[in-house]
Amino acid sequence: MFDYSQYLRNEKLPHIWCPGCGHGIVLKSLIRAVAKAGWNKDEIVLVSGIGCASRLPGYVDFNTLHTAHGRALAFATGIKLAKPEMHVIVVSGDGDSLAIGGNHFIHACRRNIDITLICFNNGIYGMTGGQYSPTTASGDKTATSPFGNVEPHFNVAELAKGAGATFVARGTSYGVPQLDNYIYQGLMHKGFSVIEAAEACFTTHGRKNRKKYGPSNLDMLKWQRDHAVSVEKAAGMSEEELQDKIVTGVLHNVDKPEFTEQYQKLIDSFGGGAK
Amino acid sequence: MANPKYEFIQGNLACAKGAAYAGCKFFGGYPITPSTEIAEFMSEYQPQHGGKFIQMEDEIASIGSIIGASLTGAKAMTATSGPGFSLMQELLGYACIAEVPIVVVDVMRGGPSTGLPTSPAQSDLLQAKWGTHGDHPTITIVPNSVEEMFTETVRAFNLAEFFRTPVIILGDEIIGHMREKIRIPEPGELEVINRSLPNNDGVCKNPYASDLNKPVCLPNFGKSRIHVTGLNHDDTGFPTMDPMIVARENERISSKIYHQRNMIDKFEAVQCEDAKVLFLAVGSAARAAEEAVSVLRGKGVKAGLFRPITLWPFPKEEFAKYAANADYIVVPEMNLGQLKTVAERFTKRTKIVPINLVNGEPLGPDTILSAVNHLNI
Repeated sequence: MFDYSQYLRNEKLPHIWCPGCGHGIVLKSLIRAVAKAGWNKDEIVLVSGIGCASRLPGYVDFNTLHTAHGRALAFATGIKLAKPEMHVIVVSGDGDSLAIGGNHFIHACRRNIDITLICFNNGIYGMTGGQYSPTTASGDKTATSPFGNVEPHFNVAELAKGAGATFVARGTSYGVPQLDNYIYQGLMHKGFSVIEAAEACFTTHGRKNRKKYGPSNLDMLKWQRDHAVSVEKAAGMSEEELQDKIVTGVLHNVDKPEFTEQYQKLIDSFGGGAK
Repeated sequence: MANPKYEFIQGNLACAKGAAYAGCKFFGGYPITPSTEIAEFMSEYQPQHGGKFIQMEDEIASIGSIIGASLTGAKAMTATSGPGFSLMQELLGYACIAEVPIVVVDVMRGGPSTGLPTSPAQSDLLQAKWGTHGDHPTITIVPNSVEEMFTETVRAFNLAEFFRTPVIILGDEIIGHMREKIRIPEPGELEVINRSLPNNDGVCKNPYASDLNKPVCLPNFGKSRIHVTGLNHDDTGFPTMDPMIVARENERISSKIYHQRNMIDKFEAVQCEDAKVLFLAVGSAARAAEEAVSVLRGKGVKAGLFRPITLWPFPKEEFAKYAANADYIVVPEMNLGQLKTVAERFTKRTKIVPINLVNGEPLGPDTILSAVNHLNI
C-alpha cells in the first residue's frame, strides 16, 4: 500500500473539493509520480495560480507557492531560472492557465523551460460557481452561457505543441495508471512539459448538462471513460468521429535545448560568473 | 581613497549599477520607454556575474518572475514605466502580503494610457502609494540626480530586504536619461543589507511568525518547505479567516514600516528654517525648484525647498514643521496636483500654490519663478 502521508500535509486535510471532483485523483497521481522520480521534497517547488486546482499546493509537503490568478508560470519561471536545481511543478486549472494565464502559457512553452505543468482541465470555472472557460465544450450550459456556450474551445495539447512545449500528454481522471505514467514522464522530461488531465466538475458543470453527461457525478466520470480514445486508436478515426472524444496518450515528445541550461552555458562562457 | 572612480553616465545606468552594487542577482523585465536602458545593462551584466536576466512576456510576468526569484533567496528587481507599472499593481500587493522583498523601478512618463512615451512626467506619485488594491504598506523613493539613482537604488534594496516588502523607485524621463558625472562608491563604502533568515536558514515551522510591528523572518525555498500565498494567512503561512489574525496581520504589514520610520525617512531641506515661500517638490521638478530658491534668495525672498527623497511614507512631521512658518507652500510638479494633495493634508493655514505642467515638457525654474512672481511677497 502506497503511503501518501509522507507527501501530504495531513493536518490540512480534508480538502475543499466536491464529491466527484477529479482533483484529488490527479493529486494522488502526482504524488505517485514524484515518489517514482525519487525526488527530495526539499528540492521541489509546487506552484499554482487561483482556482479549485490551485488550492492543491496547500495539501502537499513540498515548498509550495499559491500565486495570483493566471500567474503561476510567471512565478515558476523566476524560481526555475534563479535556482535551476529546484524541481518546479505547476498545477493550474483551464481558466487559470489558458484564459488569464494564456500569455504565460505560450511563452513558457516557447522558452522550453524545465517546468512540468499539469493542467487540471475540467472545462469550467469551478471556484466562482461554474462559468464557461476556454475549454468548455460548445453548446454546454454554464452559469454564464445559460443558452449554451457559443464559443469554440481550445485544444490544450495542440496549443502547447504549437507554442513549443517539448513534452505533451493527455490523460483523464478516470484512466489513472496512464495518468501516473504521463505525469512521471513529464517530470523526467528535460524541457517544458504539459500534462493535460481531463476532468469533470459535476457540481458546477455536469448538473447543468445532465442530458449530455448523465444524472450523477459518477455518470460524468463514466462519460469520460466512454469518450476517451488512445492516440493510437484515434489515428484511424475521422475528424467527425473524434468530435467529442478525449484523445489520450503521449502526444508530443521531442528533445530541444532547455532554457536554463542554455542560460547556464552563457554564464559558463564568462568563467562561471566570477564576481 | 586611492583612485576614486568617476563615470559620466545616465540615470538609468546609474540605477542599474546601483542594483548591481546592492547584489541584485535577478532581473526580469519587459521593454518600455523610458526605462529600457536598465534592462539592457542587466542583460549584459548578469550573465557575466553569475546572475540571471530574463525578458518576460509582459510586465505582469516580469514582477511575477522577480517575486519567484526572490523566494529562492535572490535579490531581484524589475524596471518599467507608467503603463507597465499599472500592469504590475496586482502583484505588488502580492509581494506586500506575502512579504517578499523586491525592487520595482518606474521611470515615469506622460499619461494616462500610452500618453507621451518619450516625455517626462511625474504621473505615478499616487499610483505608487495606492495603485494596488487593499490596504498595504508602501515605501517609495524619488531620486533627483544620477548620483541618487545609484545610491538610492542601493538603499531601496536595503529597505526591501530588511522590511520584506516591495520598494518602488520613481525616476522620471529626465532623471533617467540625463547624464551627470558621479563617483562610483567603493565596495563596502555604502551599507548593503541582506535579508535575515531563521537560524542560518534552518528548518522553520512557523515562517510567518512575527513580533508586532516587525517584518517576518521567512526562510527561502528549501528545507523548510514553506507555503506562501496571497491569501490572508497565519504564522504557519497557511490561509486563515480568523478575524483576529487577519486584522493583526493586515495591520502588521503596514505597521512594520510605519513603526520604523527612522530607518526609512529621508528628505532634503534646503534653506527651510526661515522660509516664507516653501517649495515642496520631488525628482526633476525639485531641481528646478532648487534653482528657483537660489534666484529668490538672491532677491531677498526667504525661499526654501523641502524635498522628500523617501516620498512614501511621507515625512509629515518634518514637512509640517517648516510649513507652519511659511506664508506660501509652492508645489511644482509635472502632473495635475498629486503632491499638492499631500501638502493640503499636512498644512492647515498656509496658502498652497500649485504649479502644474502636463504637456510633456520639463518643468523649469522660469515657469516656477513666473508663477511665484504673482504672489504678494
